[in-house]
Amino acid sequence: MLAYLIRRLFAAAVMLVVVILAVFCIFFVFPKWAGVDIASSFVGKQADPAAVEAVRAKLGLDDPVYSQVWEFFKGIFVGRTYVGGGDVTHCAAPCFGYSFRTEQAVWPVLTDRFPVTLGLALGAAVLWLVFGVAAGVLSALKRGSLWDRGAMVVALAGVSLPIYFTGLLSLAIFAYGLGWIDGQYVPIGDSFSGWLGGMLLPWITLAFLYAAMYARITRATMLEVLGEDYIRTARAKGLKEQVVIRKHAMRSTLTPILTMLGMDLGALIGGAILTETTFSLPGLGQKVLDAIKNQDLPFILGVTLITSLAVLIANLVVDILYAVIDPRVRLA
Amino acid sequence: MTELSKSGAAVGEPTTASPAPTAFLEVRDLKVHFPTDDGLVKSVDGLSFQLEKGKTLGIVGESGSGKSVTSLGILGLHTAGQYGKRKPQISGEIWLNGTELLSADPDEVRKLRGREMAMIFQDPLSALHPYYTIGAQIVEAYRLHHDVSKKAARRRAVEMLDRVGIPQPDKRVDNYPHEFSGGMRQRAMIAMALVNNPELLIADEPTTALDVTVQAQILDLIRDLQKEFGSAVIIITHDLGVVAELADDILVMYAGRCVERGPAEKVFDEPRHPYTWGLLGSMPRLDREQQERLIPVKGSPPSLINVPSGCAFNPRCPYADVPKDNVTRTVRPELTEVGSRHWAACHMTLEQRERIWTEEIAPKL
Amino acid sequence: MTTQRTSGRRKQALAAAAVVAGLLTTAACGGGKDDGGENGAAGFNAANNKVAQASLVKKGGELKFASTQDADSWDTTRGYYGFMWNFSRYYSRQLLTYKAAPGAAGAELTPDLATDMGQVSDGGKTYTFHLRDGITWEDGKPITSKDIKYGIERVWAQDVLSGGPIYLKDVLDPKGTYKGPYKDTSKDHLGLKAIDTPDDKTIVFHLPKPNSDFLQFVALTSASPVRQDKDTKSQYGLHPFSSGPYKFQSYSPGKSLVLVRNPNWKASSDPVRKAYPDRISIKFFTNANDMDQRLLAGDYDLDLAQTGMSPQGRTTALKSHKANLDNPVSGYIRYAVFPQSVKPFDNIHCRKAVIYGADHVSLQTARGGPVAGGDIGTNMLPPSVPGAEGQSYDPYEIAGANKNGNVAKAKEELKACGKPNGFSTTIAVRNNKPVEVATAESLQASLKKVGINAQIDQYDGSQTAGIIGSPSNVKKKGYGIIIMGWGPDFPSVQGYGMPLWDSKYILQSGNNNYGLIKDKTIDGLFDQFVTTLDESKKKQIATEINHKVMEGGWYLPFTFEKFINWRSSRLANVYTSNSYNGMYDFVNLGLKSSK
Repeated sequence: MLAYLIRRLFAAAVMLVVVILAVFCIFFVFPKWAGVDIASSFVGKQADPAAVEAVRAKLGLDDPVYSQVWEFFKGIFVGRTYVGGGDVTHCAAPCFGYSFRTEQAVWPVLTDRFPVTLGLALGAAVLWLVFGVAAGVLSALKRGSLWDRGAMVVALAGVSLPIYFTGLLSLAIFAYGLGWIDGQYVPIGDSFSGWLGGMLLPWITLAFLYAAMYARITRATMLEVLGEDYIRTARAKGLKEQVVIRKHAMRSTLTPILTMLGMDLGALIGGAILTETTFSLPGLGQKVLDAIKNQDLPFILGVTLITSLAVLIANLVVDILYAVIDPRVRLA
Repeated sequence: MTELSKSGAAVGEPTTASPAPTAFLEVRDLKVHFPTDDGLVKSVDGLSFQLEKGKTLGIVGESGSGKSVTSLGILGLHTAGQYGKRKPQISGEIWLNGTELLSADPDEVRKLRGREMAMIFQDPLSALHPYYTIGAQIVEAYRLHHDVSKKAARRRAVEMLDRVGIPQPDKRVDNYPHEFSGGMRQRAMIAMALVNNPELLIADEPTTALDVTVQAQILDLIRDLQKEFGSAVIIITHDLGVVAELADDILVMYAGRCVERGPAEKVFDEPRHPYTWGLLGSMPRLDREQQERLIPVKGSPPSLINVPSGCAFNPRCPYADVPKDNVTRTVRPELTEVGSRHWAACHMTLEQRERIWTEEIAPKL
Repeated sequence: MTTQRTSGRRKQALAAAAVVAGLLTTAACGGGKDDGGENGAAGFNAANNKVAQASLVKKGGELKFASTQDADSWDTTRGYYGFMWNFSRYYSRQLLTYKAAPGAAGAELTPDLATDMGQVSDGGKTYTFHLRDGITWEDGKPITSKDIKYGIERVWAQDVLSGGPIYLKDVLDPKGTYKGPYKDTSKDHLGLKAIDTPDDKTIVFHLPKPNSDFLQFVALTSASPVRQDKDTKSQYGLHPFSSGPYKFQSYSPGKSLVLVRNPNWKASSDPVRKAYPDRISIKFFTNANDMDQRLLAGDYDLDLAQTGMSPQGRTTALKSHKANLDNPVSGYIRYAVFPQSVKPFDNIHCRKAVIYGADHVSLQTARGGPVAGGDIGTNMLPPSVPGAEGQSYDPYEIAGANKNGNVAKAKEELKACGKPNGFSTTIAVRNNKPVEVATAESLQASLKKVGINAQIDQYDGSQTAGIIGSPSNVKKKGYGIIIMGWGPDFPSVQGYGMPLWDSKYILQSGNNNYGLIKDKTIDGLFDQFVTTLDESKKKQIATEINHKVMEGGWYLPFTFEKFINWRSSRLANVYTSNSYNGMYDFVNLGLKSSK
């Protein structure tokens, strides 16, 4: 068990390094090969050659990639000191560096924005689990009925409509049109009801997409499970049908749903870019989009790292839950 | 009853069509038809038999002959959990201990399941829930019909596991199905089926998924338990060998109907249907060195949607042309008595069949 | 690469967006009309170059900006965005600043920290300013001449504080001998020789060469005072130390910014700023359409970026809230430029062939039409710059006879160029500006009629400086036509055209003289301009430069840009000003109610 965990964590660390390297390459090495001078895009309208050179030195663009990566990792664990043009800044661990654009320290921004994204992802997850799974189970139990066909049409719509469409539509109807909710983000610390009001539409929009996927998966899995021999055994025991569904069929149906949930939550915690952009939610997704547009590598790296970590942790949690649900995968 | 009735259509109404039987289990003209997009699948099409307590009936036939459908029909499992799919059409009568099941309230039938009648399935690995311990599954079955504490139910589960020959039952009770071997799983399955002392036990291919040495052990176990509990047992199998030693009566099914029925020794020694001959011919025999299949059953089982007219077996029967006037292809043969409590459905005359059996078939077996 | 195919997924997205747009337009129609009364909107164009509802202003309240764009930096040394300069007047003061007045009057300079416009001596090489009494920092300490000097010195620290304009550095220390305050070894870090501070109230500038726009440089946001003990260097933009009527309360980049009153600012010390609201906030959006809907709903007062509403918001607003809109000229010119390094654009006749062949009306339509896009541009000097003649100077009859393209004339020029059958070239356009892509497509279509085959190359818009700003790359890629836009840093031909047309400004990276113009006459006119102090003479030179540029045929102007900007009905004392390219002058905006 311990060896397994260590192996797993080691693999995770290796993966993180690979991800970081890839991000470095995408934003700093490949453009260089393509003949694009990154430093000049950081300098303003009046590109003073000295300033371009200074930026190049400050961003360490001429340093080899491995040393840039090394500095980055060093910063996370022991902190690092930046020296540039007489400006000496010490950045304490965990140091994710300073934004190339706004000069903000990356780590506090990430911790500031993380709760927004986490709130979005978790709130939406609760909604889509409740509604998606319920709709899927009902559809499976009433296969071929009007309800089933209706729900699956809605689910198909949910899966295929892009977030910015459903998002704008929900804003147009509920915020601008009917004015039922304001739909603007308010920090939870300022006003809980305001926060709820601001998160409701994003939750619903995001949950609509995922609920649709979960409903379809739940329906398919449930139908498959209902055909299993052990369900027949349960009925042969004389169990009430409700109990058969609740106790015997649901537990098996949950397994693939749990896998999906782990993946989806992990990915969403890295930022629900479209949802956050549509609703102007100041979360990680919005930040990373902004950072990509501005080639703000420290932020891109920070968010990438958080996303990768979130996915890894989510997977680990899923594996543990898996073992709880399914004794066959329990670690010896 | 001429009209096909769905289960539950006649809730609580006494059946006046025929008097209550005296046998413990009596099935009369059972029909189970499944409507599909391609047509009506007549899985069971007019089956009747009787079974007394303490006796064993072997139902034999190829896959698709309707044996499993019959057993599920008796337990009322065709209608339980039918979600959205088109419901099967079931008609006939099933009398268990004086109660007609098809017209009874489905919830009453549910309460009988597990208590009065229990079932052992073919593949114990897939028939046991992989996420619950063996003990939990037995306890669930027991407490469903007995108002006892979990502790008492657990004691009972251990006792049952012990009874079916599982070593260290107090430890194994907390194991999961995947931690058991195949034979052990089937023993556990039997323990679960018998935990409520059911009066009727249906074993559907109980040994098919197991290897040969384990097969014999399981069959011995079923026989011992039957003696001990005095239950009526139906063993469903495609292999006559399985029921050779176990069954009091044999019922051979083909295309949803009974083609031969009678006491086991009669069916083995004086079979009176060409299909039974085929089954006997394809039976593995430990006392023969060479596996000679003298009368293999050629061809494949018929479509249950378009059952061949006349005798359903006629396309595969080597003797289809023995009776005159093409009667095998036009007239459906009825069961006729060919001996004491022994029936078969064949157009050939009894003499023809006796001659073919003694002269052509028996010597080669 | 060069042609953009619309994928199925993109089509879906476009269709979806269209449906949403329709819904939004209908949904927002319930807003009700404003009547133009005291509590209503002032009327269409009521604040365009004139003051709207000045008498309704009340002190107090929260002025709410909305924006989809944050400033490049709020550090006075580093900011270069127009709205940043405009907004920075809330928290920073300069020796001189623009008059808080509408239209052209707003482009005139007026004393701010200084007592007067300064004394010029030594043939325009020495400027002396005296500071007012009562000017203070947000902690109550007086603003001294040394603070101003230090603030200006920061411009030299381009290695730490990149991004801002460097006019002051170029004019005070063209050889770059000073290395900036952070590398300054003198004790007080005030080693810049070009500026003297004989006492706390006096500051003297010594220019190696006179520059007629020097007062403009002194009014730049980058000439704001910065106090040494409050200088957080590269982090300064996150919380600048205020010398103006408001100070930073909180700022979270890309999320929100809140200014509150600076209690130590004295109205008596400030002839320009009225400081009406109690609080000024900016909320940042990521969805432009959402922001426009919030503006329409009255949740916010105006757009910080002032670059016009999104097409959907604009449609709704023009339909049902016209009285809340202004349609100012932005000061920007949108144009195509022809790099001479790419053949056959080394030949003036081939350049002229493109100018004549283009369908100018269709280009204007692609920019958004006469209201949202602007008037057809006929020359290269923005109407807000002194010396500009607007559409009355139209050497190629772009807005006249040739406005739909003159195929015959274009073919004539092609013949003269030695390419009677036309030629092939590439149009470079930023991929993040849909409107620019639309103009490229329009140009491509009209050029086809005269036999010029243009392919469109959409390049990464965030990499402008490295892609089209690199002459060698332009030549390598064969970008014969580059689509761009440009606005003046300050209302002068120097502030607009020098980086574009002076041969000194041809750079290997971050170049803006895309046409690679090396014209002795033009260079000479600029030299003459910077040393001419007489305003009317300066205007004349500006006009002449513009004519020379147009005669060279390096540019095809599309539009003198106009925007549709929103002002909420809560706003009072609203006006646009030439000093900030047709934006509303933020500094003296007020609210009609203190709530």
